[in-house]
Amino acid sequence: MKSRKRRKGILPYLIRALFFRKATAKIGIYGPPNAGKTTLANRIVHTFVDENEDVGVPSEVPHETRRAVRRGGILIDLKSMSVQNPNPNSTPKSNSRRGKAKLKLDVVDTPGLATKIDFHEFMAYGLEEEEAKRRAKEATEGVIEAIKWLDDIDGVVLLMDSTEDPYTQTNIVIIGNMEARGIPVIIAANKIDLVDAFPQRIMNAFPQHTVIPISALKGENMEGLYEEIARRFR
Amino acid sequence: MDIKMDLISEDKINSMSSMEKLRFVLDGVKSGNIVVLEGGLTSEEQMKLIELTMTEVNEDFPGIEMSGYPSKKSFLNIRRQARLTVIGPAKTMRTIKKERDLISAVISAI
Ligand SMILES: Nc1nc2c(ncn2[C@@H]2O[C@H](COP(=O)(O)OP(=O)(O)O)[C@@H](O)[C@H]2O)c(=O)[nH]1
Ligand SMILES: [Mg+2]
Repeated sequence: MKSRKRRKGILPYLIRALFFRKATAKIGIYGPPNAGKTTLANRIVHTFVDENEDVGVPSEVPHETRRAVRRGGILIDLKSMSVQNPNPNSTPKSNSRRGKAKLKLDVVDTPGLATKIDFHEFMAYGLEEEEAKRRAKEATEGVIEAIKWLDDIDGVVLLMDSTEDPYTQTNIVIIGNMEARGIPVIIAANKIDLVDAFPQRIMNAFPQHTVIPISALKGENMEGLYEEIARRFR
Repeated sequence: MDIKMDLISEDKINSMSSMEKLRFVLDGVKSGNIVVLEGGLTSEEQMKLIELTMTEVNEDFPGIEMSGYPSKKSFLNIRRQARLTVIGPAKTMRTIKKERDLISAVISAI
């Protein structure tokens, strides 16, 4: 494996942490296809930057996002958040902690990770054979791009669909890689608005990790996620 | 149709470099075999295997199915020990159940 800056040892890390703290943390949103990564990236930008700016187009068709998209310089300011974005669904949290929570993020929306991509799957969504094959090819390149981005980020939000089995090899591989590299991971259990959502299953599968249940689509418990991001990635 | 299964000893795996290992696994899987590695692949090797697989996916080879037990951390977290990894062609292998201590897979001839 390539050697990387963060591997050199504890002392340079400490010096950097103390004196050269990065102004901006680069956060990658990772997860299987259709977990809601683009929906989450859009919500973050809508909340903290511009209501009308989209990072990408969410879609029920898997592998809609086939290039990683980075949105830089997002100022997460939790103090102003409840004013900007009143949200009746979110649970109130202590204001003292939120008061300090201000950080700048680059958010990277990545293509979904998969071990297989079958062009027939796209044809099931009504695509012509040629188009389906082209998409499949692009999707494979997207997976490679998502993996390459792992070398260049400071933290991962690993998004999972709460209605699906979380204990998949790709989820385990992502977590294992981040642990080996010492990069912090927050697991977000998405789609809790659905009746068959079962975020507890994700908590049971990864008991050593923080799991935040959210609905990126409906905006449920986003404050919980932002607080955790502010706590772990600053 | 016959399905071949290769059960690879830890000694054999350890004699290969990381890249040789991945090449060996993918060549086996692309020719239709189920490959079981004693000692398994690390998370990093598995991520590299996914990357390598994606460069070789085409109409006849949609990719791989992979399962395994995550590495256990040893004393003081110094060495991460992989345990067992099963890799097969996505066309014929399907993981139906995966838990912390049990994996069930179905292999279907096509
Ligand atoms: N019910 C529900 N649907 C969601 C949620 N987040 C995303 N989706 C839907 O899931 C599908 C995939 O979303 P997308 O953001 O494209 O997923 P990606 O492939 O991970 O980028 C789309 O149809 C979204 O509308 C959620 O929190 N709740
Ligand atoms: Mg997407």
